[in-house]
Amino acid sequence: MTNALVPKALIRYAPLLILAAAWEAASRLHLVSSLALPPLSDVAQAWVELVQSGELVTNGLSSLYRAGAGLALAIVVGGALGIFMASSRGVNAMLGPLVELFYPMPKSALIPVTVLWLGFGDGSKILLIFLGCMLPVTIGAYNGARGSDRHLVWSARSMGADRLRMMWDVVVPSALPELLNGVRTALALSFILLVSSELIVARQGFGYLIGYLGSNGSYEAMFAVVLTVAFTGFLADRVYQSVVARVLRWQE
Amino acid sequence: MSGPAQIVVDGVCHHYRPAVGRTVLALENVSLKVREREFLALLGPSGCGKSTLLYLIGGFLPTETGSILVDGKPVAGPGPDRGIVFQNFALFPWKSVRKNVLYGLERQGLPREEREKRAQAFIDMVGLTGFEESYPSQLSGGMKQRTAIARTLAFDPRMLLMDEPFGALDAQTRSLMQSELLAIWEKTRKTVIFVTHDVHEAVYLAERVAVMSARPGRIKTIVDTRFDKDDPEVHRTKVFIDKVDEVWNLVREEAIKALEKRPS
Repeated sequence: MTNALVPKALIRYAPLLILAAAWEAASRLHLVSSLALPPLSDVAQAWVELVQSGELVTNGLSSLYRAGAGLALAIVVGGALGIFMASSRGVNAMLGPLVELFYPMPKSALIPVTVLWLGFGDGSKILLIFLGCMLPVTIGAYNGARGSDRHLVWSARSMGADRLRMMWDVVVPSALPELLNGVRTALALSFILLVSSELIVARQGFGYLIGYLGSNGSYEAMFAVVLTVAFTGFLADRVYQSVVARVLRWQE
Repeated sequence: MSGPAQIVVDGVCHHYRPAVGRTVLALENVSLKVREREFLALLGPSGCGKSTLLYLIGGFLPTETGSILVDGKPVAGPGPDRGIVFQNFALFPWKSVRKNVLYGLERQGLPREEREKRAQAFIDMVGLTGFEESYPSQLSGGMKQRTAIARTLAFDPRMLLMDEPFGALDAQTRSLMQSELLAIWEKTRKTVIFVTHDVHEAVYLAERVAVMSARPGRIKTIVDTRFDKDDPEVHRTKVFIDKVDEVWNLVREEAIKALEKRPS
């Protein structure tokens, strides 16, 4: 089985390998300035140094903490909000217009606001990610919950579930597939907001490290951090999708 | 055979209010008594409001005019005394067969060991042994409906409300499920209200068939359909064929009216 898997993975990621080779060649053959695009092998070396010095790990952990905390808050609050909006006309009438108003707003515009409120540290980043990631989860939960089959609701009620119990046993699981879809969007958004806010105002984190290395002219190291962020985002999405596949294994 | 009136529907009207379009009178002055332990079929053309009447008795829709008494008390919402089985099965798709059947028992607060034992007994009874851990999406239509029936019987409601439960099944499965249901009813003797538009099904299963008119739904007549049904060839007996004819003639004109009223 592993024998069959290795060439398959190789074929799948061949475009990446070709891109890497082209990058290395373009830089080594001076087709582009090595300042604009340092050779990939130098970037790899810089990456090893960043890991060894501990800089990448410290800043990375700080970023992951912020993204994780903001996202967790967004999922809990956003999910609950969407489900309540779907279950109560009053709540929907009150919050629906606010959601519609804030959804298309570019959340990066809030970076200065969150800094003004909570300063340069973790708090402002977590708040920003929370605010930016909440609405996709809310909308997913709302659409999913609204689609709950009334016969399922009635079945649960006739078997002795009170309203609250029924919400938890029927509406929440009915909302789950679309809610989890919203979370995937939120996951991607959290990385965007994290790095942009850290680039602008921070003393720690991936974004801070990219900005700091860039302004000091350590371009190899800067590219190393950029690639690390890209890879972390890719990995997070992959892990997330496999978790979702497990949670929703009851679907056909 | 059957006891005193357990469900009393008196002068019930119901309006159907779609989100768009005009309000439709679905039920007009419906009165009906269902005796304890009896098997009653509600028969009528599509759109005559028979399911609506069932949902009102189930307490899923609010009674607007008239009254519905169950065991002498006005219906004020759904309750575990009235178990329901839907045409679309309404199984929790995220729960396995076993957990679906366990759900009602958990809500009744039975001790764990007894819950498991009871659930297994009903899964065995409907012939789903070995499929306990399957999800509904992995089952055939007939198996889904068996699961739904097991789930409803397991928490032991005194009344069974069945909303065209075999309507989505193929002909063979359907006829098999009918004789199984009859056997279950003879064993458990629960009060059953069975909604259908299939004359054969109604005559075969029920002790009485309440024929409903086209919209607005009213109870047109109630036909006594008690005769010996244990004969495996009952569908070919004269008494069965005559009963089907009698009921079919009553339904026919309503079916024609319903067709004419349907917007084209």
